[in-house]
Amino acid sequence: MYRIFLAFCVAASMFLTFSCVSKGGPGTAGPAGDTIKVGVYGDLTGQTSSFGQSTKNGVQLAVDEINAAGGVMGKKIELVIEDDQGRPEQAKTVVQKLISQDKVQAVLGEVASTNSLAAAPVAQEAKIPMITPSSTNPKVTETGDYISRVCFIDPFQGSVMAKFASNTLHAKTAAILGDVNSDYSKGLTQFFETEFTKLGGRVVAKEAYTQTDPDFKGQLTKIRNLTPDVIYVPGYYGQVGIIAKQARELDMNMPLLGGDGWDSPELWKLGGDSLKNAFISNHYSAENPAPEIQNFVKAYKAKFNVEPDSLAALAYDAAKVLADAIKRAGGASDSAKLKDAINATKDFAGVTGKISLDPGRNAVKPAVVLELDPAAGKFKYKETIAPEGSELSTAPAGNTMANSNTSAPAGNTMSNSNTSAPAANSNAAK
Amino acid sequence: MDTFVQQLINGLTIGSIYALIALGYTMVYGILRLINFAHGDIYMVGAYAGFIIATSMGFAAQPSAFGFVVTLLGSMAIAAAIGMAIERFAYRPVRKYSKMTTLITAIGMSLLIEYLFVFIFSGTPRSFPQLLPNDNITLFGNATISTSQILIFVVSILLMVLLQWIIFKTKIGKAMRAVSFNINSAKLMGINTDFVIAFTFALGSALAAAGGVLTAQYNPKIEPLMGIMTGLKAFVAAVLGGIGNIPGAVLGGLLIGAAETLVVGYGSTIGIPSTYRDAVAFAILILVLLLRPAGLLGSNVQEKV
Amino acid sequence: MATWLKSFIAGAAVILVLYIINAMMSSTGFFGAGIDDYQARLLVFIGINVILATSLNLINGFTGQFSIGHAGFMAVGAYSSAYFSVTYGRGIEASLSGLGETVASSVVLLIAIVIGALVASIAGLIVGIPSLRLKGDYLAIVTLGFAEIIRIVILNIDAVGGATGYQVPGYANFLWIGIFAVITVVVIHNIVKSDAGRALVSIREDELAAEAMGVNTTRYKVTSFVIGSAFAGIAGVLFAHYNKFLSTNDFQFIKSFEIIIMIVIGGMGSMTGAILGAIIVTLLPELLRQLPDIHIGATEFRFADLRLVIFALILILTMILRPQGILGTAEIGGFLKRFRRADKPTGGLK
Repeated sequence: MYRIFLAFCVAASMFLTFSCVSKGGPGTAGPAGDTIKVGVYGDLTGQTSSFGQSTKNGVQLAVDEINAAGGVMGKKIELVIEDDQGRPEQAKTVVQKLISQDKVQAVLGEVASTNSLAAAPVAQEAKIPMITPSSTNPKVTETGDYISRVCFIDPFQGSVMAKFASNTLHAKTAAILGDVNSDYSKGLTQFFETEFTKLGGRVVAKEAYTQTDPDFKGQLTKIRNLTPDVIYVPGYYGQVGIIAKQARELDMNMPLLGGDGWDSPELWKLGGDSLKNAFISNHYSAENPAPEIQNFVKAYKAKFNVEPDSLAALAYDAAKVLADAIKRAGGASDSAKLKDAINATKDFAGVTGKISLDPGRNAVKPAVVLELDPAAGKFKYKETIAPEGSELSTAPAGNTMANSNTSAPAGNTMSNSNTSAPAANSNAAK
Repeated sequence: MDTFVQQLINGLTIGSIYALIALGYTMVYGILRLINFAHGDIYMVGAYAGFIIATSMGFAAQPSAFGFVVTLLGSMAIAAAIGMAIERFAYRPVRKYSKMTTLITAIGMSLLIEYLFVFIFSGTPRSFPQLLPNDNITLFGNATISTSQILIFVVSILLMVLLQWIIFKTKIGKAMRAVSFNINSAKLMGINTDFVIAFTFALGSALAAAGGVLTAQYNPKIEPLMGIMTGLKAFVAAVLGGIGNIPGAVLGGLLIGAAETLVVGYGSTIGIPSTYRDAVAFAILILVLLLRPAGLLGSNVQEKV
Repeated sequence: MATWLKSFIAGAAVILVLYIINAMMSSTGFFGAGIDDYQARLLVFIGINVILATSLNLINGFTGQFSIGHAGFMAVGAYSSAYFSVTYGRGIEASLSGLGETVASSVVLLIAIVIGALVASIAGLIVGIPSLRLKGDYLAIVTLGFAEIIRIVILNIDAVGGATGYQVPGYANFLWIGIFAVITVVVIHNIVKSDAGRALVSIREDELAAEAMGVNTTRYKVTSFVIGSAFAGIAGVLFAHYNKFLSTNDFQFIKSFEIIIMIVIGGMGSMTGAILGAIIVTLLPELLRQLPDIHIGATEFRFADLRLVIFALILILTMILRPQGILGTAEIGGFLKRFRRADKPTGGLK
C-alpha cells in the first residue's frame, strides 16, 4: 500500500517543480540579461515535421550569422525552441511556456495558420511580438497589433496564379484539386476561384484530397472527364509530386499550377519528369543571382546538407527582420517599442524579396511565377506579379528578367487586397 | 465506361495492398485472437527497409529488375525479423494477461514504432527510388493502367498463392491451422506453439513489408506515419472478409479498395465528398459488424460456457 | 457530526481552495502570490484530463469495455457547445446583463455544458447501441472508427471552422473546470459504489455469468457508455471555452490514446488511479521539455522530441511489468483507512 503513497509523492514532486511566482504586469519582458531570448515554435515531431524543421533551420542559420557578427547591439540572440507536434492546443501551450517561463522577448512561428491562430492570442495578450514566417490566413494578423508576418496572405497568392493562368496561359477553364485538411490550401482555392472567375474564366471542378490518401487517381479521373485547360493544385509538395505523376499517367498533360507549398527539394524526387509544364507562385527565385540569395542557399546547404525550401527562406527572413527591428528599437526589453519597430519594417532586403509591412502587418511584396524544370531540379523564373497598386520597384536586386507583369486593373473591388494604398486599411477587423 | 474501368483498376490496386496487409492481421488474429495494432506500422517499416536497401546498395542509381527483387526480399526479411522480435519481447510476456492488456500493448507498440521512426528519420517524407520503369498502357478509350499497378497485382497474387501453399500444403501450415483452432489442444499434440506463433508473425510481417515496397513503387512518398490509416483499413478488410479467414482477407482488401475509390470517383453524385474516403472503410466496418459480424466468408462461432 | 454537514463542509472547502487557485491565476494574483499563465494552463488541463480519465475509466475500467475513441465524444461536446456559444452567447449575455457579468457568462457556460453533455451522450448512444454487442477487440476498432468519422465530419463542416479552426468565447476558467472535475469524480464514484456499479463490475469480470445472474448487461453497458461519453462531452465544452480555439487536429487518434494511457498507468479499476494518471500524463511531457539537450559528438539530441517515444515505452513496460497500473484497483480510501480511528459502534445500548 505504500506504493500508493509513493505514487502520490511522484505526482507531488512533479507539482513542486513548478514553483509559484509573484505576478508582474503583462508585457514585462525578462530580466535584462546579456542575451536576447527569442522563442521559436513549430512542428518538429508530428505529421508536418518537415515544415517545422525547415523553419527551425532557417531561424538557426540567421541567428548563427547574427551572433557570429557580434549579436544585436552587443547582445547575442538565444533561441528557445519548442515542439508543438502540429497540434493547435500544444502550439498554444508552448507559446505560453515560452512567454511565461522562458520569458522570451519575441516569438517566431508557426507555419500552419491553424497553429498560429491558436497561439497568437497568447502573444497578443502578453504583449510579446510574434512574427509568423509562413502562415498565410489573413485572420492571423487580425488577432492584434503584436502579430505580424513576412509572407504574403492567401488572398494575394491565390489571385496571382489566377492572373497568370488567365493572362499568360490564356486558360478559360480550370479545375482545382485542394487539400481538405489544410487551411492554406482552402484559402488559396477560394481566392484563386474568385479571381479566375472575375477574369472571365470558369472553374469546372473543385476536388479535394486528404494528406493520407494513397492515390489521387479517383479525383484526377473525375477532373479528366471535364477537360480543364489548367489544374490548380494549391497543396504541399508531399502530395503534389504524386499528383503530378498520377495525372501524367492518366494522360493529363495540361499545365499544373501551384503555390509556395510546392517548394521543397523533395518535390523533384517525388514527381520527376511529370513536373514539366507546371508553374508555381513563390516568394523568390533561387535562381536569382543576387548575392544575398546565393549566399543564403550556399550557407544553408553547407550547414544542413540539403537545399533550402521556401519555408526555410521565410524563417530566415523573419529572424533577420526581428533582429533588424531590435536594432531600430534600440533593444528588445521594451516590447511596445519593439512591436512598433517590427510593424514599421520597410524595404528590408530579405532573401524572399524586399519586405515591407503594411498597416495590416502583412508583408507587401510581389510574387514571382516560376516554371518547374525537373531536368535541372530547379525553378525557372517566369514573371513577377505585383500586388494591386504598389510600385514594382520591389523587384530584388540584380533581377534582369524582361517580362514583368504588373497587373493594375481599374476599379478592383477585392475587399481583401494586400495593398499599401493610402486608403484605409482594408484588413482592419478588430 | 472507360472511366469506371479506370476507377476500378485504381481501386483494385489499392485493394491488393490492403489485402497483403490484411493477411497478416487475419493470421495473427486467427492464432492469438490479438489485433496486432502495430501491423500497419510494419508496412511502413518495410517501405523504409526497402528504401535503405535500395539506396545503400546502389539500386537507386541503377534501376534494375534484379535490384527490385533484392530490395523486395530484403525488406521482407528485415520486417519478418522485426515482427518476430516484437512478438517475442512485447507480446509474449503479456499473453497471459487479459485481452485489454494485450490490446493496449499492441497500441503502445504501434506508437513506439511510429515515433521512433519519426525521431530517427524525421517526419520529412522521402522519395522511394523508382526501381522498375513506370509506363502507361492504354487499355481502351481513356482507361490506362501503369506498369507499377500491374506489378502490384502480379506480385500480390504470387504472394497470396505462396501463402495458400504454405498454409495448406506444408507441415508448418498445418501446425498454424491447428494452433488457430485451439491453442491448448495443439500444445497437447506436441506442437511447439511458440515457434508457430513466431513463424506466423514473420510471415505476416513479410507480406506487409512487400505491400510497403510495392506501394512505394506506385506512390514513392514514404513517411513514418504512413502506416496508420492503411493499417486500419487493412484491418477493416480482414474483418469484412471474416477475421481468421485467409481468402476472406483478400476479398475484403479488394472490396475496401474498390469501394473507397468508387466513392471518391462517384460519391459526389450522391452527396458524399471525396474527402470522406477514409470514412468509407469505417462505415463498412460498422455495417459489417452490425449485419454480419462473422464477415463475408467467416463462420459464426458460438461462445461456449 | 452529521454526514450531510460533513459533505457540505468538504464541498465548501474544495470550492474555497479552487477559488484561491483561480485567483492566483489572474493577473493580480491572490494577495501577491500568483501562478503564471503556463502553469495555470497545465492545472486547467489536469482538471480537464481528470474528467476525461474518470469518464473513460467508467467504461473501460469498471465495465470492462474497450472504448478507444473517447476523443470523438470530447470533440462532439466541444464543437456543439462552441457553436451554441458563438451564435447565442452574446445575445444571452446581453439579456442577462442586469445580473452582472460573472453571472451572465456563467449562465452561458452552464447552458453550453448542458448542450455539450446532451449531444455527446446522444453520440454515445448512437455508437454504443450497435457496438456493445461486439466482443472486446471489435468494439475497440469500432469506437476508433466512430471517433474518426466524427472528426472527418466535423472537419468538413465549414460553419465550425473546417481546417482553419474555430474561435470560441472564453467563458470557462479554472474555477469552473475544477468544480466540474470534482463533480465528475464524485458522481462517478457514487455510481461505482452503488448497486449499479456492482453490476458494471460483474459485467467486467464475467459477462456471461452476470447475464446468467439476471443482470441486463446490454442496458448497463449502454448506460455506462452514455454516461462516460456525456462527461467526455463536458470535458470538451470546458476545453473549448478555456482554450478559446478548436481544431480537429486536437482530436485525432493520439488524443484518445493519451486518455487510455492515463487510466492504464494509474490502474484501470481505480478512481484514484485515473486521477493520478491524468496528472502524470499532463505533466510528464511538459517536464520532458525542461530537460536539457544532449550533445553526442556533433549531433544534438533533444529529449523533448522523444516525448511520444517515451510515452509509448512507458505504456508497453507498464503492460509487461505491472499491467494493473500503479494502483491496480486500490483507492486512496483503502490507504487512509489505516489512519482512521476504529469506527464508533452504532446502535446497541448507549
